[in-house]
Amino acid sequence: MSSRTSLSAWRDPVALLAIPAVLYLTLVYAVPLFSLFLRSVTGPSGLTLEPYAAFLSDPFNWRVIGNTLRVAAWVTVFCLAVGYPAAFALARAGSFLQVTMLVAIILPLSIGVVVKAFAWQIVLRRDGVVSQLLLALGIWDEPQRLLFTETGLVLGAANVFLPFMIMPIYSVVKLIDPRLSEAGATLGATPLYRFLHVTLPLTLPGVVSGIAFVFSMSVSMFVIPSLLIGDRFQTLATLMGRSFLLMRNEQLGSTTAVVLLVLAVAIVVFSTWLARRLGGST
Amino acid sequence: MTLTERLTRLVVWIAAAFTVVFLLTPLIVTVAVSFGSSSVFTLPPPDWSLRWYQRLATTRGLLPALAVSVEVAAVSTLAAMVLGTLCAIALVRGRFPGRDAIATFLVSPLMLPGLVIGIAMLQGFKAMGLRDVYPSLMVAHVVITLPYVVRTVLGALSLFDFTLIDAARTLGCSYPTALARVMVPALGPAFLTSGMFAFLASMDNYPISIFFTDAWTKTLPIQMLQYVEENPDPTIAAISACLVLLAILSLIAGDRLVGLRKLVDF
Repeated sequence: MSSRTSLSAWRDPVALLAIPAVLYLTLVYAVPLFSLFLRSVTGPSGLTLEPYAAFLSDPFNWRVIGNTLRVAAWVTVFCLAVGYPAAFALARAGSFLQVTMLVAIILPLSIGVVVKAFAWQIVLRRDGVVSQLLLALGIWDEPQRLLFTETGLVLGAANVFLPFMIMPIYSVVKLIDPRLSEAGATLGATPLYRFLHVTLPLTLPGVVSGIAFVFSMSVSMFVIPSLLIGDRFQTLATLMGRSFLLMRNEQLGSTTAVVLLVLAVAIVVFSTWLARRLGGST
Repeated sequence: MTLTERLTRLVVWIAAAFTVVFLLTPLIVTVAVSFGSSSVFTLPPPDWSLRWYQRLATTRGLLPALAVSVEVAAVSTLAAMVLGTLCAIALVRGRFPGRDAIATFLVSPLMLPGLVIGIAMLQGFKAMGLRDVYPSLMVAHVVITLPYVVRTVLGALSLFDFTLIDAARTLGCSYPTALARVMVPALGPAFLTSGMFAFLASMDNYPISIFFTDAWTKTLPIQMLQYVEENPDPTIAAISACLVLLAILSLIAGDRLVGLRKLVDF
């Protein structure tokens, strides 16, 4: 019986409309990705993990993996610290501030990452805006260069990715009924208790998807580190790009590519699972 | 209001103000530098001039690259709109297994590293015998634009009331007419939003395009990055400022046609 229903479901004529897109992506995107993966695990004598063993036994590559994860983590922390309260401001603000914030969020999204990274090259110079600001505030005693430092890279990347943290959090915050928190207050809950037990759980799905977006984009960014930190500091993505585009070392390139791919897929799968669990429990 | 509540409010408003300033800084800096007269990036510039804009027209490669980018973005967005809308209809209306998996698959290029997708495609296209740069760019960019269309149109379609089409048909419209006069206008905002973001994503793409360029065919981001690395002068700020202007214009158009708040829900 059930096989008959699923068979007739497969004959659903509307399903045919999905075929062109699915076929296209399979041919142009899924098959190439899969064969990249296959080629990375096949040697002259069949299946092999040797390239990965070689890759992972090199301490330099561990430093590269460390760089990648550390920078991505800092970018994510920065975006969360700024983006979480900012999403509340965006949801609760009056119409003028709301429009200003929306413009500030959407406008940079529509401008290329090369343009933004280039602008940050100017901002982070020794005589740049950040340096002048910190001097004026008395935080720094003398002008310093942030360009080509890890701090500069984190600042620049956070600037590009911040909208992707604010948006998913905003989309859950605007659905929260402010009266919930007020109800908690009338029942005598302290503000901290209300935040931890009412507001935070309700916003968690947005937070998880924001973190997943920002973290996975920071792990795979290529243009921003090439312009803001240079060749001395390698991440998985820049190492992979260099091996293919400059060093023409396909073996190293494919191995790095698959390591990066596995990392990205792991982030996506884990965050989807987490978001579904949180969404189900609240 | 208690002290904690005041503190929370303060933190929220500081974060809001910081966000606005932080996000707009690169744009303001770019525009300011582009109107400066000095060839190093002093801010504020010692004197104002339009020399970097005059240089735009004579800078080799910049305008052809812009043309390539616009063409590739337009064609790939159009193709993605057709493929994506058809597929979204199937996913919303169809009753077949694996619809969630298909939706995830179609949006997945957004979440995987572009550089990895790019190299995989380059090798895949070679194996399939596609070696010309220009068609390769077009084919590759549909993978960039498709997720935006699928995601937005899928969201809009699941809110669309399909009985409206039956109503139109009862009133004497043929099925295609009913689709064109009822469904297309209702989905207009979704088409516009997804088309805009898909177009911009294609225009902006670096990591996939870098594998499909040769000495004659380069997209704008690739030409610009090359220029920044070779001779960083405010010419690049001038073209960036033009792109900022273009973005502002399309934002105004988007606000008039769809509304700013809806644009964020992409």
